[in-house]
Amino acid sequence: MTTDTTEHIVSYKKLAAVWGALLALTAATILVTRVELGALKVWAALAIACLKSGLVIAFFMHMKYEARLFRVILFVALVTLATFIGFTFFDVLYR
Amino acid sequence: MSHPEPKDNVGAKLGMWLFLFTELLLFGGLFILYSVYLARYPHEFATAGRELNVIYGAANTVVLLTSSLFAAMAVTAVKRGERRATMALLAGTLCCAGIFLVIKYLEWSAKIHHGIFPGSAKLIAGPPGESVFFGLYYLTTGLHGIHVVIGAALLAWIGARVKSGALHAGDNVALENGTLYWHLVDLIWIFIFPLYYLIL
Repeated sequence: MTTDTTEHIVSYKKLAAVWGALLALTAATILVTRVELGALKVWAALAIACLKSGLVIAFFMHMKYEARLFRVILFVALVTLATFIGFTFFDVLYR
Repeated sequence: MSHPEPKDNVGAKLGMWLFLFTELLLFGGLFILYSVYLARYPHEFATAGRELNVIYGAANTVVLLTSSLFAAMAVTAVKRGERRATMALLAGTLCCAGIFLVIKYLEWSAKIHHGIFPGSAKLIAGPPGESVFFGLYYLTTGLHGIHVVIGAALLAWIGARVKSGALHAGDNVALENGTLYWHLVDLIWIFIFPLYYLIL
């Protein structure tokens, strides 16, 4: 069997730890949005959702172990989406 | 053991990621629509959003996160050459997909039973902001549900290929790409859940 040094295998233990963190963050979003914080709870919920996405992308989707090119195109896609959202609100809020 | 015919796994995964970005922009468009209408009808969205059942939403979040764990573990299993474990883990993912769809069915039937569905008499008589909210709710969760069905079908087909021995430790990029698609379905739900069920 030839060993492929570029292939990284994530252990079950690490994946289970990420899953535990995701469940804890889910509980945290539910708790934080049950309190009346006004607009702050929206930002808190979105921040936690971004954090959860980061965990899923980095570990479940192996992004942490892929070549740099993958992170560059992910960055480009996210910047594109952020630009769409930013310009839409630039229009909607200051019309 | 000599090298089998060379396969470009990086190229295959890169292609999958590019496809996932188009999916991201598709759902991103729906999230932009949601946030623009939320800015326009904050009170109607708040009233309508409280009709959604947080228990169903939270249960589905846990089910999808667990399904994603099984899918990620299946990749580890196949790379370690554990064929039976790979199949069992993929079966676990499919089970979770089934539970997700059953919960979604219960949730939608409860809404439809209460006369809340696109074009229903109750929504037409109500304020326009509420019918916009439920229109977006059915469109976004419906499109997401279709992705769950497609992802489950894809993983079932991949599971069959693992069983037949076509996918194994040396050649498993199809399994990796299938699970990438599944994780995307999970990612989208990570945003649907707070936006529709929690923040309003």
